[in-house]
Amino acid sequence: MTTTALKEIATDKLEKQELLDLYRMMLLMRRFEESTYRKYREGKIGGYLHRYDGEEALVAGIIPLLRKDDYILATYRDHGHAIACGADPRSLMAELLGRADGCAGGKGGSMHMISPENGFLGGDGIVGGPVPIALGVGYSIKYRGGDQICACYFGDGALNQGGVHEAMNMAALYGVPVLFVLENNKYAMGTSVERSTAQTDLLAKAKAHGIQGEKLDGMNAIEVRKAAHRIIKTMRETGKPYFVEMLCYRYQGHGVADNPGQQKFYRNEEEIEKYKQLDPILTLRNTLFSQNMMNEADEELMEAELRQLVEDCITYAEHSPEPPMESLFENVFSEGSG
Amino acid sequence: MPIMRYAEALRLAMAEEMERDDRVFICGEEVGQYQGTFRVTEGLMDRFGARRVVDTPISEIGIAGMATGAAMAGLRPIAEFMTWSFALEAMDVLVNHAAKITYMSGGRITCPAVFRGPAGTGNQLSAQHSQSLESWFVHAPGLKVVMPATPADAKGLLKTAIRDHNPVIFMEHAGLYAQRGEVPEDPEFTVPFGEAAIRRAGSDITIVSYSHMVGSCMKAAEVLSQEGIECEVIDLRTLVPLDMQTVISSVRKTHRAVVAQEEWKSVSMVSELASLIYEMAFDDLDAPVERVGGPSIPMPYAKNLERAAIPNEQNVIDAVRKVIA
Repeated sequence: MTTTALKEIATDKLEKQELLDLYRMMLLMRRFEESTYRKYREGKIGGYLHRYDGEEALVAGIIPLLRKDDYILATYRDHGHAIACGADPRSLMAELLGRADGCAGGKGGSMHMISPENGFLGGDGIVGGPVPIALGVGYSIKYRGGDQICACYFGDGALNQGGVHEAMNMAALYGVPVLFVLENNKYAMGTSVERSTAQTDLLAKAKAHGIQGEKLDGMNAIEVRKAAHRIIKTMRETGKPYFVEMLCYRYQGHGVADNPGQQKFYRNEEEIEKYKQLDPILTLRNTLFSQNMMNEADEELMEAELRQLVEDCITYAEHSPEPPMESLFENVFSEGSG
Repeated sequence: MPIMRYAEALRLAMAEEMERDDRVFICGEEVGQYQGTFRVTEGLMDRFGARRVVDTPISEIGIAGMATGAAMAGLRPIAEFMTWSFALEAMDVLVNHAAKITYMSGGRITCPAVFRGPAGTGNQLSAQHSQSLESWFVHAPGLKVVMPATPADAKGLLKTAIRDHNPVIFMEHAGLYAQRGEVPEDPEFTVPFGEAAIRRAGSDITIVSYSHMVGSCMKAAEVLSQEGIECEVIDLRTLVPLDMQTVISSVRKTHRAVVAQEEWKSVSMVSELASLIYEMAFDDLDAPVERVGGPSIPMPYAKNLERAAIPNEQNVIDAVRKVIA
């Protein structure tokens, strides 16, 4: 990983407003995730909870550039993807609390955020699960002759599942516009990349299938954003798949159950601290300050706005009723035919 | 009404639906250039092109994912598995994705995909190619499960499956592909899901079956009729949704029941059917329900062993005699 910590990043070609929006999006994701953990500890969020802290640039750098008719797929670490695609964050918090106004009516929970109207076809509870689905979504785009793309996010652990390789092979074979975004945060739960595969150059695995790609510093939001502009433009023209290996790090455990006592079996505090010094939000903040694009007053204003936004989400979710009991048996099947 | 083979009826159903709806496409191993492993898709690539008849590598997870994802994005894919035995590779896509996305999304995403191919036992195909796995899919909420026994049903049920908004597990039987029968030509002919067919009316006992086993039950009923035992043979046609009303009405009339299929009997569809009959019509029964199914062994290769492992007409006859006695 290239070191970008606390040093200035070249901001060429990106306007001030775009950078401020990028920063705000990442900060919203971080504050949202922090609040989900509070709600989990209060017992209001159940099940598994996989936080995205530290990986915000992967999503904030790409997803806001997508159109409403593009598609997004993600794994269970999906709160950020849902926020970035434009879903109402109140409906996401309501989903986390298992309420009727949740984005899936309380039937999905943390791992199954969705926003079909924004192209987000859902978080997926299976590590490699979204990748074969992305193949089909990508084929539908080619089938209809559109210029959309399907951004499919998955972790380093997914590359050790067979279906992922079946789907990558077929995506390359048919030439379908899937943007494979590998969230390489170094660990598949508690097993490091080095302990999972002898070929630790994960981009090489995509290239073996005939998919072009590149590695990006996922801790550098500006680098991700600039690459995203270029990649999306190219994919709309070629309709071909593309693979991005994002080198990144998650600060929290795999899920909340992977607590510090558990994490000591696979990583140490020093490593976590090292990456926190490379924090994508902090890095972009320092750039914005040094370029006079943001000052302390602006920052405080943004923090206050986001604090209020997250509070509104929680208030909305807590006031939303539990799903009606009759919904228990609804949506097992869709009605009708056509 | 024209006479055609079961495999031809399936092909006609797909061709008609592809004419009717541009969202319908086929993907699978050897479905195009090779003309289909069992010739079910013969000629369709020439007629509809490689965009709509897609040859795939031997990648069942990829095939199932391609159909599921395309369906979630609004198309109407038909994925062919060379056999349902190979679909075991794709169980995660089928059970954890296709079956559940509608529920997980609170009904906001649908998955109108058909997964079809040959199922069933026989032909000395031995352990890994000769088995009947419908119970696996019936067990998973969110999947419709269809097993046609006649050419007309093959056409009518497949058309209904393609038009359905849900993932449909469509299990054909390799032993039926060559069977001939009358098939309506009308492109609007469909067979609704959840309506069992009474293949033979009778007053003494109800035999419930589906797919290839219906033929064995019909032969058994012929033999028993000569002894004065009149069997009512019900072909369920679809396992999800399940038409228990027709079954229970019949049992209320005959007061006796045999359930028969060629799958492993243990934890099976026939076990489920027997339980449902007990739950819904216990007081109407004059005798315990008898289950006909296969023993819990992998399918052997040798002819004599295989014959002993696949339920047949004689097993049905024996079961009926036991219930009547």
